[in-house]
Amino acid sequence: MVSDAGRTQRGQDADTERDEVQDAPARDAAREVVDDVDELLDEIDEVLEENAEEFVRGYVQKGGQ
Amino acid sequence: MSSPGFVGVETEYGITVDGPTAVNPVVASSLVVSAYRAAGSQDVRWDHTDESPLVDAREPRHQPAPEPMIDDELGLANTVLTNGARFYVDHAHPEYATPECTNARDLVLWDRAGERILADAAQRAAASLPPGSRVLIHKNNTDGKGAAYGTHENYLVPRAIPFGKLTYRLVPFFISRLLLTGAGRIGSHLDAGVPFQLSQRADFFEVVLGLETTLKRPLMNTRDEPHADPDRYRRLHVINGDANLCEVATYLKVGTMLLVLAAIEDGAVPEPPELADPVAAFHAVSHDLTGRVALPLLSGGSITPVDLQRWYLEAVAGHLRARGGGDEVERDVLARWRAAVDVAGEDPRLLSGVADWATKLELLEQYRGRHGLAWEHDRLKMLDLQYHDVRVDRGLYHRLAARGRVERLVTDEEVAAAVTAPPADTRAWFRGEVIRRFPAQVVAAGWDAVVLDSGGDRLQRVPMMEPGRGTRADVGALLDQVNDVGELLAALTA
Repeated sequence: MVSDAGRTQRGQDADTERDEVQDAPARDAAREVVDDVDELLDEIDEVLEENAEEFVRGYVQKGGQ
Repeated sequence: MSSPGFVGVETEYGITVDGPTAVNPVVASSLVVSAYRAAGSQDVRWDHTDESPLVDAREPRHQPAPEPMIDDELGLANTVLTNGARFYVDHAHPEYATPECTNARDLVLWDRAGERILADAAQRAAASLPPGSRVLIHKNNTDGKGAAYGTHENYLVPRAIPFGKLTYRLVPFFISRLLLTGAGRIGSHLDAGVPFQLSQRADFFEVVLGLETTLKRPLMNTRDEPHADPDRYRRLHVINGDANLCEVATYLKVGTMLLVLAAIEDGAVPEPPELADPVAAFHAVSHDLTGRVALPLLSGGSITPVDLQRWYLEAVAGHLRARGGGDEVERDVLARWRAAVDVAGEDPRLLSGVADWATKLELLEQYRGRHGLAWEHDRLKMLDLQYHDVRVDRGLYHRLAARGRVERLVTDEEVAAAVTAPPADTRAWFRGEVIRRFPAQVVAAGWDAVVLDSGGDRLQRVPMMEPGRGTRADVGALLDQVNDVGELLAALTA
């Protein structure tokens, strides 16, 4: 499965080849989106529970309604 | 003309204690509820007098309820808050039941208030445990290991609507709404070939109709316990939904139900397309990310979940037009519903920021793309779980919201106010305000009564059988004039 970020990146490259000058603002916007996703994923790496393996395996709930 | 709608949502939160001492989840849940109560709220007992959870909508009414309510006797925390909510321990989970609300926007507000109450309570509970202990609360519905716990919507509907008609009209709606209301999860215990599905709870549903909520879960629950005048009302207890973090998802979940119920009451919903196997269809919709899975019809042929949602949307839109357009929230719900169904018709994944499953899936895809992780990797499962963490600084939903990646409907200030204040336009206002103003004199409170101690020989029970009475408009001035419950009781009976 291809990630959404991957798709955005590919679309951006295709645009660049087709119409380099006119698409500069669109390209900047696309780069901002990619930068934003990168920043988000950096943050996820920071806040994600450190010992994911242990935490996930230990996460057992009693059944409820 | 349909009756005014009332709605409340109860959520059993996931709870984990992490630290040097193992703590049993029932004790942990009790610690969480008690910690909140001790520090801020009052010790108001829950009043069980009128409860009968085993009365079945399919049976003659007024049958005895054989199961005693024993949670208070076991000493489990069970209290009522100044915002009119009930906060208690149920099935080894802390549970928050919103006060009664008249519309979807208010429900979002008091549901979110519950998240803040749980986060606050968990922090206080951790302080009572050995150093290094953490109490973590997740607003989710499964541990991914076979246990499910509930988020139940409650709607007051006129008893005049036959229960069979309600069931028949609603089941295809419940099945298709997963596209908008699912909270998403990695994997499926029914189908190992499903990497990610729309709903946290869909896999746990086994039958179409039934009274049970903890095993053989039914799409349509028959619990008939209105907490109001039983000759006039029934309570529709909807147990098939997920707990939502996205405000728009909660708003649509409740808002579309209120619109559909009003349309059914007015006879504006024709016979819906009848699915050949509703339970199989519920699973199929959850396991499909395209909105285009073909659901076989009893009459032959098939229909997609997107088209089913559109079928209900058009019926409701026609009904709302005939009613002169509805109120502001109803118009807004309809517009957002239409927009969401249009987006789902294009590609349901574009509902990121609106539907929890799509929001979470986008994040999972981006994260697994960066790290090249397989679906079964523990870090992805951790992300799946931590999306639901109620802590603002660690919960991944909250991190996405802080970056403007999910749509908001209410402000943090409004949510903070709803933590302590009740809705002004239902009986929750009287319940919450009496507790806030006269904490020492309220002995117990329930959905349909408060029990007051004015210092006389007997406790006084004030019944509140009409959910629309006891509002600020009804009793605000009266409450402002009295100094204690003795004066209040005198004024109420004058």
